[in-house]
Amino acid sequence: MSTTTDKTVTSVRGPGVPVRGNDIDTDQIIPARFMKEVTFDNMGDYAFYDARRNDDGEWNDHAINRHPNGEIMVVNQNFGCGSSREHAPQALMRWGIKGLVGESFAEIFAGNCQALGLPTATANADTVQWIMDQVEADPTVELTIDVDEETVTVGDETVEANVSDAQREALLQGVWDTTALMKSFMDEVRETADSVPYLNGFAEC
Amino acid sequence: MSTGTLYDKVWDQHTVRELPTGETQLFVGLHLIHEVTSPQAFGMLEERDLSVAFPERTYATTDHIIPTADLARPFEDDEAETMLQVLEQNTADYDITFFDPDSGAQGIVHVVGPEQGLTQPGMTIVCGDSHTSTHGAFGSLGFGIGTSQIRDVLATQCVAMEKQDVRRIQVNGSLGTGVYAKDIILKIIGELGVEGGIGYVYEYGGPAIEALDMEGRMSICNMSIEGGARAGYINPDYKAFEWLKDRPHAPTGDAWDRAVDCWEAIRTDDNATYDDEVTFDGDAIEPMVTWGITPGQALGISERIPDPESLPSGQKETAKKALSHMDLEPGRTMQGVNVDVAFLGSCTNARMSDLREAASLLENIGRPVADDVRAMVVPGSQGVKKQAEEEGLADIFRSAGFDWRGAGCSMCLGMNEDQLQGRELCASSSNRNFIGRQGSKDGRTVLMSPAMVVAAAVEGEVTDVRTLM
Repeated sequence: MSTTTDKTVTSVRGPGVPVRGNDIDTDQIIPARFMKEVTFDNMGDYAFYDARRNDDGEWNDHAINRHPNGEIMVVNQNFGCGSSREHAPQALMRWGIKGLVGESFAEIFAGNCQALGLPTATANADTVQWIMDQVEADPTVELTIDVDEETVTVGDETVEANVSDAQREALLQGVWDTTALMKSFMDEVRETADSVPYLNGFAEC
Repeated sequence: MSTGTLYDKVWDQHTVRELPTGETQLFVGLHLIHEVTSPQAFGMLEERDLSVAFPERTYATTDHIIPTADLARPFEDDEAETMLQVLEQNTADYDITFFDPDSGAQGIVHVVGPEQGLTQPGMTIVCGDSHTSTHGAFGSLGFGIGTSQIRDVLATQCVAMEKQDVRRIQVNGSLGTGVYAKDIILKIIGELGVEGGIGYVYEYGGPAIEALDMEGRMSICNMSIEGGARAGYINPDYKAFEWLKDRPHAPTGDAWDRAVDCWEAIRTDDNATYDDEVTFDGDAIEPMVTWGITPGQALGISERIPDPESLPSGQKETAKKALSHMDLEPGRTMQGVNVDVAFLGSCTNARMSDLREAASLLENIGRPVADDVRAMVVPGSQGVKKQAEEEGLADIFRSAGFDWRGAGCSMCLGMNEDQLQGRELCASSSNRNFIGRQGSKDGRTVLMSPAMVVAAAVEGEVTDVRTLM
């Protein structure tokens, strides 16, 4: 099962967008009032909707306003905490984000990113700080998250990063969209279904 | 890795196989869906020409966008009406049971599941909602999932997931008067942090947890996700079994007896090993409130708001942002902070025992809601609403000045008409105090127990409920 597919993601590359702060929650990434739509099509318009605006509705100095061409989001601790809404990574992806690097990510958020083929690489606080500083000093500098090598390259400099084993394999093998993969094992799924106590009348447990 | 825990056992029972990513393909026993996170998943199924593999294992309700005042169709809010229509269509097309607003069983998905007896010990339960951890109160494993995973579950009845570590959270002693399950979980998150649970599933236990009723246990497990844990559970005991008995989807007859044997066997073994263990003293917990913009920014009602400069470096900036948003100064307690809105509701605290405790307290206090406070009770389900009306609780709330509304998520996240306005400060029995959470980007939320919400509503300010008991 180690063959690659057209969904293989070995690395993502682009300008950065440093969103500073710990515990940036999904309600900040996309406020709930914008989730009253039955598709994800417009979610990109709502990314950081309130956080990027002043009271008068004008854009403020939020990072995504200062780095409108950003494709690699750089964040601190526990990014994406809160809701399980996939609207959050959908909003970022549709805004233009191809991958994220940060100190840590909330787990449901990271899983949702993986399911969309977006890497969430982690690095220590000093490294993240350094990347953010580089991007702020030169918004055009290219960042590369290398999923295979588990590194982040900023311009000419490469630093260590970490991609979880499962995410790395999912991206490198192009099986981050797990539906078809799991569907191919339906016989085993039915065996398991027949064996769980609550589906066999608690005949065995 | 842990061994012999309920988590290990349930995980093993539901493992279909290991995937090439190293993740486990895990069978899902119960899939719950609602109107906000499922339509896109059905859309993906259609795009791929896939069907629903186990339609009888998925149940739907509507909660996030449902109005809590007027259910007349079409809804006044066009977007809400569309979301409900799409859910009606999808559940009809795929033959999925829908607890619709006319069923008498509609409500918040995490209230409805247990109420219908769908939630059972030893099950894997998923829903496109982070508070699916609630179901762990019955000794099931509840995971919040994203929409792409909902597509996976609809198509295969499975999720791809990595196994987590297990942290035992032992709460010894007993709770004092005026201290509830909500205070325990706010204390735990306050101590361990909102990111403290990353990589873990939480197993709650100990005398103070075992003494809780099922509703209290649901409040605890509900907020596991606020502590960063992927799930939280409590080993099932006679209270769980009694609570489930005779519910519509609970096993009956001989199957019931066999089920109880199975549920007993799924409990964590005496000689189980954990990846981490933490102990709390239940006697030392006082009524808790949040002062900031994450559920981890919580303190006892007599404790003082910390100076951001005194906090670890990782917490300083969030604390400064919190004080600025909340318009609070370090060094003071939360007592006396003016309250504009009192919200008693949400999947954390809108079940019968929550409402009984709140109504009883309100009756004992004998005073109405303060003049300048807008107070509302939003029952967790139509079932809860009906029972509370039959027990006379609704009358107590109404005569004290609370608005008695229909079932739904309501002001917990402000997706319907129940929203904070401007900078209003809300004493809330919900689970998140994130900026903008309750419908106004400038609104402020103080999380607390239902009893503390009643105290705040009556006094018009954050109040130690014990002074009113």
